[in-house]
Amino acid sequence: MRAYQRKLDIKNGRVDLSHGAGGRAMAQLISGLFHEAFGNEWLARGNDQAAFDVGAGRMVMTTDGYVISPLFFPGGNIGSLAVHGTINDVAMGGARPLYLSASFIIEEGFRFSDLKTIADSMGEAARAAGVYIITGDTKVVERGKADGLFISTTGVGVLADGLDLSAEKARVGDRVLVSGSLGDHGTAIMSRRQNLAFETEIVSDSAALHDLVALMVAAGGSSIRVMRDPTRGGLAAMLNEIAHQSGLGFHLQEEAIPVKPAVAAACELLGLDPLHVANEGKLVAIVAPDMADAVLAAMKAHPLGCDAADIGEAVADNHQFVQMSTSFGGGRIVDWLSGEQLPRIC
Amino acid sequence: MKYADEFRDKTIARGLARVIGAEADSQRKYRFMEFCGGHTHAISRYGLEDMLPANVRMIHGPGCPVCVLPASRIDMAIRLAEQPEVTLCVYGDLMRVPGSQGKSLLSAKAFGADIRMVYSTLDAIRIAEQAPNREVVFFAIGFETTTPPTAVMIRLAEKKWLKSFSVFCNHVLTPSAMHSILESPDIRNIGRVEIDGFVGPAHVSTIIGTEPYEVLAEQFGKPIVIAGFEPLDMMQAILMLVRQVNEGRHEVENQYSRAVTRKGNRRAQEEVSDIFELRDQFEWRGLGLVPHSGLKLKQAYAQFDAEMRFTMHEVRVADNPACECGAILRGVKRPVDCKLFGTVCTPEIPIGSCMVSSEGACAAQWTYGRFRDYRLRRA
Repeated sequence: MRAYQRKLDIKNGRVDLSHGAGGRAMAQLISGLFHEAFGNEWLARGNDQAAFDVGAGRMVMTTDGYVISPLFFPGGNIGSLAVHGTINDVAMGGARPLYLSASFIIEEGFRFSDLKTIADSMGEAARAAGVYIITGDTKVVERGKADGLFISTTGVGVLADGLDLSAEKARVGDRVLVSGSLGDHGTAIMSRRQNLAFETEIVSDSAALHDLVALMVAAGGSSIRVMRDPTRGGLAAMLNEIAHQSGLGFHLQEEAIPVKPAVAAACELLGLDPLHVANEGKLVAIVAPDMADAVLAAMKAHPLGCDAADIGEAVADNHQFVQMSTSFGGGRIVDWLSGEQLPRIC
Repeated sequence: MKYADEFRDKTIARGLARVIGAEADSQRKYRFMEFCGGHTHAISRYGLEDMLPANVRMIHGPGCPVCVLPASRIDMAIRLAEQPEVTLCVYGDLMRVPGSQGKSLLSAKAFGADIRMVYSTLDAIRIAEQAPNREVVFFAIGFETTTPPTAVMIRLAEKKWLKSFSVFCNHVLTPSAMHSILESPDIRNIGRVEIDGFVGPAHVSTIIGTEPYEVLAEQFGKPIVIAGFEPLDMMQAILMLVRQVNEGRHEVENQYSRAVTRKGNRRAQEEVSDIFELRDQFEWRGLGLVPHSGLKLKQAYAQFDAEMRFTMHEVRVADNPACECGAILRGVKRPVDCKLFGTVCTPEIPIGSCMVSSEGACAAQWTYGRFRDYRLRRA
């Protein structure tokens, strides 16, 4: 005879320590909430691991942790962000993302209703992207030991033979392409911070970029030297990273860099530089000059790349500076951010 | 972006650059100090130096309140925050400022001190209201621009009967610092002042007006042009300074007439003088002790004065002897002339005041302009 178990009270209930203790309550949370949201054959088998097939090509793997505050923001929540972010890290290698894992660290007292919203939007984001969340873990910690919810994800994908994107492949004369306007995600988060809240129509750009990447790879193949998504530290950190890894410098044209007027205004107000602000649905590609126009055209053909722009080029520079001609007519360095500009943005 | 892009117009900038180039006498040098960090930031951020002729050089002044705060005051704040009953409210850019022995508020927070980053004085009031059992202290810093909000905050705390709220006051005065730059013992030792004129403060002057600078212009024979923080404001102010120098004038002129008057904001001035009074002297990182350059709370508001409430003591700490901030702030040396610049002293681990915030002379040069140093060295 099966013991009676009260249904999860999604509407008014809260996570308590028993939901991480390995007993029935935990099993109920996993099957009632996570399986429901992610629904796929691997999870349904209920094993501690998931076995899966991969096609031809090399495997790609990435891992990521999400500690964002606030958990809900205009344009998404920590769940959709975790799925998009992990897919993007796989896709930046030129690979096709296939499977994800998700590990949840939940603070005691967290609302079931919020957890369900977050899990549902993870499932939705994964389905929309054609990937599956096939294994996971749940832990509950005492009140005050975590800020609501932390999510860790791992992503696996496959890379077609012959593709090998890497920073050291950048060459002098390569073009720098960006897939759209910069700074949307960070500004959207800031607008919802408790002590800062301001009225704005800015929405996070959080999105899965693998379809866009597939179009670019089809158009440019191995003339795409390297791709990155400019998340924390923004475009500035990302280009400085590539400069160091490739031993080159970069020269940008400020006028060519797309930034939405509302983002520019918010950054002005907060004393931020949009080039340092995080993005979650943008990519930067360093592309051989002869193929740059073709790749740019491919980007513009996809809705997530319709504002794509060619913003500068790789130059020979022993100091590996990222320099920029300002729209005012002078020159400056675009440096790494020093210190912490926006804590817990992703 | 409306109402901002108009002041960043490339075509007008080119036109102004041409006029400055034409009017600057190639036979002489023009060395202008922009006092404010806001100006320093604009110069670096927009690459203004590239648009000026070689004989017009900008010297970055000490007008960054975070930079000039001495290690001893940071030490005091850290000791205060380490007391278990204290919650210290600070502006975010203060967190990394080094005290002595490499300690900062950020590291004190990591060791368990209750330090909260706030964006306005009202945030601190809110924290005090929510935690009536804590001793909530606001770390007040800044020039004349930020003093009126602190005054209003103290009034508000009084009205709300906040019994355990106080202010650690570090407000400083601009004209006294300009005076010190032009007439300190160091300058007498060096024997000359390498400054031909000043780009005067923008926001500070909206409060104090242009009048307080008149005596400086007169006494030291240096032209002063009050300018806004946008790059075109700067270009126009530089042109006005070039003209004054060429014509042998030394007047206070107001480029920022859209916001600044001669008398300033009387209401704000009254608020400040009701609550604050002059200190005999105050220490500035890089400039040393500057007479009559700081404010403290009047006796009538002693209950809100953290220094009285917690009997805080100031222990002066010597700046790193190799640090050239003093000479850099007076225009005698450039950042690149300092041995520490970019070696052990960087924005991540600042040694001297000029490297502390992005508005400091060294940090601005390092963050935005260091490619020019290599050009210099190669040449």
